[in-house]
Amino acid sequence: MATAAAQKAAETEPGGAGSAAARAAEQQAAFDEAVAADERIEPRDWMPDAYRTSLIRQIAQHAHSEIIGMQPEANWITRAPSLRRKAILMAKVQDEAGHGLYLYSAAETLGVSRDELLDKLHSGRQKYSSIFNYPTLTWADVGAIGWLVDGAAITNQVPLCRCSYGPYARAMIRVCKEESFHQRQGYESLLALSRGTQAQHEMAQDAVNRWWWPSLMMFGPPDEESSHSEQSMTWKIKRHSNDELRQRFVDICVPQAESLGLTLPDPDLKWNEARGHHDFGPIDWTEFWDVLKGNGPCNDQRITQRRRAHEEGAWVREAAAAYATKQAGAPRADTAATAHGEATA
Amino acid sequence: MSSSTEWPLWEVFVRSRRGLSHTHAGSLHAPDAEMALRNARDLYTRRSEGVSLWVVPAAAITASSPDEKDSFFEPAGDKPYRHPTFYDIPEGVKHL
Repeated sequence: MATAAAQKAAETEPGGAGSAAARAAEQQAAFDEAVAADERIEPRDWMPDAYRTSLIRQIAQHAHSEIIGMQPEANWITRAPSLRRKAILMAKVQDEAGHGLYLYSAAETLGVSRDELLDKLHSGRQKYSSIFNYPTLTWADVGAIGWLVDGAAITNQVPLCRCSYGPYARAMIRVCKEESFHQRQGYESLLALSRGTQAQHEMAQDAVNRWWWPSLMMFGPPDEESSHSEQSMTWKIKRHSNDELRQRFVDICVPQAESLGLTLPDPDLKWNEARGHHDFGPIDWTEFWDVLKGNGPCNDQRITQRRRAHEEGAWVREAAAAYATKQAGAPRADTAATAHGEATA
Repeated sequence: MSSSTEWPLWEVFVRSRRGLSHTHAGSLHAPDAEMALRNARDLYTRRSEGVSLWVVPAAAITASSPDEKDSFFEPAGDKPYRHPTFYDIPEGVKHL
């Protein structure tokens, strides 16, 4: 049947090149139609090369962010102030490892290997979220990361649950469910500090002061400077612009900060009745680009630590692979022995 | 590329406590089936999502082709008599 159709196409459109072009146009049209109809694109579907490339870049860097993001928080695991907080923090860091794995799996459906992506992370050819280049200086930073950083991540990620690429959307649904635990634990932790002693309150306020602006930068450059935004929105990879999501986040955070009894470090922050949104002060984009270029406070430390873990773990991975090869041969020997035993019994 | 250390990909299926069947949950890399199971336990059932796990080497799965989707599934379309709603039953007939 497919052959008959191909033959018919060849007859109506003589010349191989012509029918190949027709085929390409047909595939492009089917893709555009699926995206327009809000259908999901699946791994084996045809997709434009640029769509594939763009998704690989975005999903890989998202995965890298989860993996690198374990470091600033893990920094406080051994120093958590109570067993309860320590257990929570460990569970959270474990979740982040899991999110990294979900995302690497989603990226792999696009035809890249995880090893290849890790290699790009280690050699600096792929980036991770700029936020993880900031240091965690006090215990309160763990709370501020949960509330603000994970809060910003959720605001970014909830719309991604409707992303046009099926495996990415499904990974995000799973991630978002778990991410809300992170955000709530952070908030609760800050609340305890805010209502604690004067020193604890000050520590919480200091952490919020340091994490607020970097959190706003997590939404990426302003719309007019965002190189991938327009195309991503046409492809329905992204559903909202950077500035739209950033505004949403600010509006969410203001009342939450009030309930915490903490202030946000922005003198220009005020409700704008006419817009129905909060106005907020200018973001230091020079700092943002600087951190992104590798000149943030912890860029070197984060990537060095990741690279070292990878290099020093090489012999363990090799041992596991060698053991698997050996085991793959072993069961046959067992079965043979059992069969032999039964036969002679 | 060091093929000796690049761990194969496994697809993970989870049956939830009340679930009737195993559902595809995701995938992961592991050197062997035993490690794949343990990692799947940690990765996909951290919040009591399931009581049974299957791991299958991704290379062992054959999928239908999206290009032939229409022709491949076509035979189902012209057989409405396969559905119970196809049949007219007089009103008032019970337990049917």
